[in-house]
Amino acid sequence: MTTEMTNHRIQIWVNQVATELTMPAYLSDAIDAVDIKPPFAAAVNLHFVPKKNYTSYALQAGDKIELIVPVTGG
Amino acid sequence: MSTHTDPLILYGASFHSRLLLGTSRYPSPQVLADAVAVAQPAMLTASLRRQTAHADTSPAFWNLLRDMKVPVLPNTAGCHSIQEVITTAEMARELFETDWLKLELIGDDYSLQPDTVNLPSAAQQLIKAGFKVLPYCTEDLVLCQRLVDVGCQAVMPWAAPIGTGKGPINPYAMRMLRERLSVPLIVDAGLGLPSHACQVMEWGYDAVLLNTAVALARHPVDMARGFALAVQAGRDAFLGGVMQPQETAQASTPLIGTPFWHHN
Repeated sequence: MTTEMTNHRIQIWVNQVATELTMPAYLSDAIDAVDIKPPFAAAVNLHFVPKKNYTSYALQAGDKIELIVPVTGG
Repeated sequence: MSTHTDPLILYGASFHSRLLLGTSRYPSPQVLADAVAVAQPAMLTASLRRQTAHADTSPAFWNLLRDMKVPVLPNTAGCHSIQEVITTAEMARELFETDWLKLELIGDDYSLQPDTVNLPSAAQQLIKAGFKVLPYCTEDLVLCQRLVDVGCQAVMPWAAPIGTGKGPINPYAMRMLRERLSVPLIVDAGLGLPSHACQVMEWGYDAVLLNTAVALARHPVDMARGFALAVQAGRDAFLGGVMQPQETAQASTPLIGTPFWHHN
């Protein structure tokens, strides 16, 4: 990977908030960029990503990440 | 209170209670905990939402849920497509560490009526993915049969739209459904009074799931107790076998030996 590519920044969306990350960027980087504490679960572009894959799931520009937490429900 | 052994069996699992309780809209976490303590429900429903500054997403609920030690039934509330349902279900399975799922696929935001066209397909895909699916549905016989056909071992027809508290609005269809389907039927949504719960249990429904009727009662803990007792009363009545109504009066006290009778 070239220096130019590794310094390239991309915009992604975490819970509908725009966030910039430096490439190569992984889901774990996006999670680190926001203030969220366990327990939570994640999906990228409406597809579930298991916790074990957070550090290996490579993000692309425009990816939409959902981080969800438990809440009351009926 | 019944003393016989009469567990609720769902997907081969045995539950001591026939009341499932929602966790939403209570005045406080302590009131929820107290209501659960008196009602002793089989399961508690919970949901998933984005963490935002505006939503009630504090870890306090998670801690409370764990402390109550009642099996959790995650729901897919708010999902409008099969893909949303499946993704939410997978997230719920990881988060709550359970395969149980209350399948909600909403087809109309105004009435919160389930998407009855796509519900069987969603259920089928979830069952193939290993979920124990309890689908929230209408009382439509053919829909419920299709859900059973795709592998649902129980179905959850509404009595009335969510949160209305109207009680069974289509008794004929609900009784017909009970007569035609042999799988466990759980009335989910629309109950407002313990007598509503007792009524559907008398018809032979296997359990009820409710939330708002307890959470929005003036005294939720008292109402939780009322519903728990009503569910058991209805179940006992169903098992006891209801007498056939008669058109004319039938004296319950024996007539033979009645004093002063037929003297004239």
